[in-house]
Amino acid sequence: MNVHAIKAIYLFEMARTWRTLFQSVVSPVISTSLYFVVFGSAIGSRITDIEGVGYGSFIVPGLIMLTLMTQSISNASFGIYFPKFIGSIFELLSAPVSSFEIVLGYVGAAATKSIILGLIILATASLFVPLQFAHPAWMFLFLVLTALTFSLFGFIIGILAKNFEQLQIIPLLIVTPLVFLGGSFYSIDMLPPFWQNVTLFNPVVYLISGFRWSFYEISDVSVEVSLAMITVFLAMCMTTVWWIFKTGYKVKK
Amino acid sequence: MRSLISINNLSKTYASGFKALKGVNLDIRQGEILALLGPNGAGKTTLISIVCGIVNPSQGSVTVDGHDIVSDYRLTRAMIGLVPQELTTEAFETVWDTVTFSRGLFGKKADPAHIEKVLGDLSLWDKRDSQIMELSGGMKRRLLIAKALSHEPRILFLDEPTAGVDVELRKDMWRLIRDLRHSGVTIILTTHYIDEAEEIADRVGVINKGEIILVEEKAELMRKMGRKRLTLELLEKISSVPSKLQPYNLDLVADGGQLIYTYDTQTDRTGITSLLGELHAAGIRFRDLSTTQSSLEEIFVDLVREPE
Repeated sequence: MNVHAIKAIYLFEMARTWRTLFQSVVSPVISTSLYFVVFGSAIGSRITDIEGVGYGSFIVPGLIMLTLMTQSISNASFGIYFPKFIGSIFELLSAPVSSFEIVLGYVGAAATKSIILGLIILATASLFVPLQFAHPAWMFLFLVLTALTFSLFGFIIGILAKNFEQLQIIPLLIVTPLVFLGGSFYSIDMLPPFWQNVTLFNPVVYLISGFRWSFYEISDVSVEVSLAMITVFLAMCMTTVWWIFKTGYKVKK
Repeated sequence: MRSLISINNLSKTYASGFKALKGVNLDIRQGEILALLGPNGAGKTTLISIVCGIVNPSQGSVTVDGHDIVSDYRLTRAMIGLVPQELTTEAFETVWDTVTFSRGLFGKKADPAHIEKVLGDLSLWDKRDSQIMELSGGMKRRLLIAKALSHEPRILFLDEPTAGVDVELRKDMWRLIRDLRHSGVTIILTTHYIDEAEEIADRVGVINKGEIILVEEKAELMRKMGRKRLTLELLEKISSVPSKLQPYNLDLVADGGQLIYTYDTQTDRTGITSLLGELHAAGIRFRDLSTTQSSLEEIFVDLVREPE
């Protein structure tokens, strides 16, 4: 195991995070605050408590997940796409590192950054609404697993993307809708029965439900199912990455 | 000298169907400077990209110090430093950070003293805290060399190290390459500048259309392929070469004012004495004479020229 290489990639990627810390932190904090103003105060005041939890508090886990997923994808996809774009990826390909070590470095750094952001949003949210932490260990587990899964997903996008547009389009066209329709801002019980069933095909429902359970012990699906589902997504992403490196697809000529 | 890199029957066909390499065999010796000479698109970059692990070979094998580049990639890649042709660097990182990153990536423990030495040798020490995008083109090229040397490689590949650099920097580069060889590093450089190969290489490999046409000691190559020309400045112009002198295959140039005799330096008898005797007998007098040796450039052009 080339530990020095994993460390080098991780630190190099984290250095980018620290360099852009201000913009990385400020924009999610501002958008979270806006969500609270719009959904929490303006709309929330007309929505009754959901299973005993005030609407403002109810949306916090969903908001954190929204940032966690979009940030994980954009960090990881950009991290690997940029060297490909400017050509400096030659160094990575000519280095004595295995694909597993490359993934560990890049995905580890991307996940670290999005977890930090998730925690910052949690802190911001606590200024607006009362929060409970029923199962902190589960909460952290969901945070880490989601960050890892979506960073891996982002890494795959970064490798397959041919241009900057493709880099943006998947988060924009797929992830944002899935998160909005995944029960970030409502309980799926509030939907008509037909749409409740459709929603069960949305993987994000399971992530948000499990994460919210770790806060308030209320969930749309059982926490075991949530955990099983996120493990399945993680395994799917890992298999895809393994296949990409195994075949050299879109990486080597 | 023992062979450090062995390339056996190496072929590469790209997805487009383009055959970049066709069954290349080449041995690179420990401690030498080998120049791979060839026109654009000859397969130079593909060849070194395969050895470095950037391009997968279609066929054949390569060993570095006895280790296969595919199954023992960790061992072989750790021995190699690569300086690419294009200035492919990050933009926002500092010089120090990027060189430190390279060392770690190649599996070496951090060693600030070594990084300091490398940056010093390449006149980049003053720029260590600058962002890469602030550097000039020449500095970026030196930075790529610093990155390649950061992990103390035994073998250095330089892909067109002096393409598009000014005369001064080119000479600096040559001096640096010689210094590196002196410290025991084996150097393989690709170039399409013949004078570069002539200046610094120990051996020259000529590659064209994916095939190695020849590999030879530079001195030997120039001796073997090199022909000499004897130019005679005539006192009075002549209209044609006298028939008695036909066997010498003389060229009459400069409006009949010069006779040129081309001869092989390898033969025992060059024929100069008898030629001069025959000229005297024919009454042709000359006021000056000079000889010139063909350059590597002329040899090269002869080698890669399309058969007509």
